Amino acid sequence: MSILVNKNTRVICQGITGKSGAFHTKGCKEYGTKMVGGVTPGKSGETVEGLPVFDTVEEAVLQTGANATMIFVPPPFTADAILEAVDAGIEVICAITEGVPVLDMVHVYAAVKRSKSVLIGPNCPGVITPGECKIGIMPGYIHQPGKVGIMSRSGTLTYEAVWQTSNLKLGQSSCIGLGGDPIVGTSYIELFERFEKDPQTEVILMIGEIGGDAEEKAAEYVKAHVTKPVAAFIAGRTAPPGKRMGHAGAIITGGKGTAAEKVKALEAAGIVVAPSPADMGAAVAEALRRKK
Amino acid sequence: MKIHEYQAKELFRAFQVPILQGHVAKTPEEAQAAFDQLGGSLAVIKAQVHAGGRGKGTFIEVPAQRGVQLVRSGKEAAEAAKNMIGNRLVTIQTGPSGSPVHQVFLEQGCQIARELYAAVVLDRAAMKPLLMVSSEGGVDIEKVAEETPEKILREHFDPAHGLMPFQVRKLCKKLNISGPAAKNADIFFRKLCDFFVKLDCSMAEINPLVITKDDKMIALDGKITFDDNALYRHPDIKELRDVAEEEPAELRASNSGLSFVKLEGNIGCLVNGAGLAMATMDIIKYHGGAPANFLDVGGGANTQQVTEAFRIILSDANVEAILVNIFGGIARCTTIAQAIIDASKEVGFKVPLVVRLEGTEVEEGKKMLRESGLAIISADDLTDAAKKVVASVGK
Repeated sequence: MSILVNKNTRVICQGITGKSGAFHTKGCKEYGTKMVGGVTPGKSGETVEGLPVFDTVEEAVLQTGANATMIFVPPPFTADAILEAVDAGIEVICAITEGVPVLDMVHVYAAVKRSKSVLIGPNCPGVITPGECKIGIMPGYIHQPGKVGIMSRSGTLTYEAVWQTSNLKLGQSSCIGLGGDPIVGTSYIELFERFEKDPQTEVILMIGEIGGDAEEKAAEYVKAHVTKPVAAFIAGRTAPPGKRMGHAGAIITGGKGTAAEKVKALEAAGIVVAPSPADMGAAVAEALRRKK
Repeated sequence: MKIHEYQAKELFRAFQVPILQGHVAKTPEEAQAAFDQLGGSLAVIKAQVHAGGRGKGTFIEVPAQRGVQLVRSGKEAAEAAKNMIGNRLVTIQTGPSGSPVHQVFLEQGCQIARELYAAVVLDRAAMKPLLMVSSEGGVDIEKVAEETPEKILREHFDPAHGLMPFQVRKLCKKLNISGPAAKNADIFFRKLCDFFVKLDCSMAEINPLVITKDDKMIALDGKITFDDNALYRHPDIKELRDVAEEEPAELRASNSGLSFVKLEGNIGCLVNGAGLAMATMDIIKYHGGAPANFLDVGGGANTQQVTEAFRIILSDANVEAILVNIFGGIARCTTIAQAIIDASKEVGFKVPLVVRLEGTEVEEGKKMLRESGLAIISADDLTDAAKKVVASVGK
């Protein structure tokens, strides 16, 4: 078991004829993901990596039975692409694109929540269930099938955590990059709910960062509803207020969203917090030990 | 992206958000002419910088001059403008070196009955825009939020149809606004929310928002931040960018597609990915060092970008060592290794360079660095890298 995606997931790529779309379609296919096609308006009949290209998502779903998509279309067209995937009934939508206007996401978020689709991203590395299905841009080889469920707002920091848990021979059940934007499709809480129910996941690692209050809300949820051990790391302890740290969401405003506040909330919920990013794997191991 | 008050007011005018008459001036002579043109016996002259807290701010060169002043003649306006233009204004938001003032804004006076606060922001938690209004105008709103949060009224709205009339009625009821002022409030708040949505703002703050003795509602100040990701659909707003307000190194970085924030420490950082870049700053601090910057070279960084990143880091005289931390995903370690070699030829490293590479093509990358003959301190993992770089500046 795993969450969101597995060996039976059938994946298309929206924006497959673009440079990034084609490159990562190849990467996912090589990893073993069941890539079944792609969509670029006006390019039906072409093939990329031996996969058929369709004009619309609806057509792609009809012809290939796709139930997941990864989106690489440029930012001005991303909202449209996500809504097209929702309309076609795609179950798991990963929007990799960085730079989507935030007000576009207000509309998209509301539409996704009215549907049965799950949206991961935008501005995220994607989703992977090691050994079964990789949808996104993460380097596949660092992953190992195993017991840690990982979720994060950041890409490369997730790789770091994956690497550490692989080195400790813990492996991962599924890893999800939520995305670094102020509004993303899926929250930590929704993923905690899924990891809690997933028999393969024995321990959960949440990698947060400064800004907003998503980590505090997740801590409350964990305290009330999660029985599995949880570890966490918060990036940005040294970030100055008022400065945006790369991600549009990573900014401390009005004294809110500081790392110190977040760490306090997490620890109060019984979560093992890694003091340094080098200790994420160790924190996971510690959380597992404490629970036994 | 931020803009100046006078630019915000020009945009307000276009969206029918009520404002007073005002003129921008770049010289004392223009300020004098602006006063005369306004035609009143009194005007307010305001230094134009992006930072807030101007009223209490002072100038480095002319400590007696404040950032905002009442003037009663063209001569007084010219005098104040002379003290402001070309000098640096220090406010609680600028830091000790202040912000240079290149223009001033002269605005009519008005008869104020009440001062309120209004702001539209994007509420991440509710995933919707939010209008906040407070009876406590003209003061530090963060203090109000902390001490008397009940004094801040909140109304979320759907960007598709904007703020509804009933929401303004609710606000007016609670703020004790009635009669003609309530009618003006309806126009003001709904136009402001419309402005926020149509121009893709991430914040539109008006402090103070005043009700005049003749029941008008007017924006006396305007602080706007736009969503950078949406600027492509507002080319006219993009033109309003004032690069003089930006930290030179940060500006240079953004021109090369790098994400850079200058900090106060002495260890330069070059990292791929925003989360890892933040975490790298954290681990330097954790081991007793101080990062000189946040720098994310991004996922698809090429040799030129990485070389420019090194130039920017080395242009900071405080930098005594550099830590390169790369977890190659899309970015290949070989690309980074080549960039380090190229950059060393071009800019030369006079400070210790600690490199930690992991991920895609790591062995080839490490080999390239070994064979380059460069004096690089290589590190095996994050902790090792942080310890080595902190030790190298401690010597």
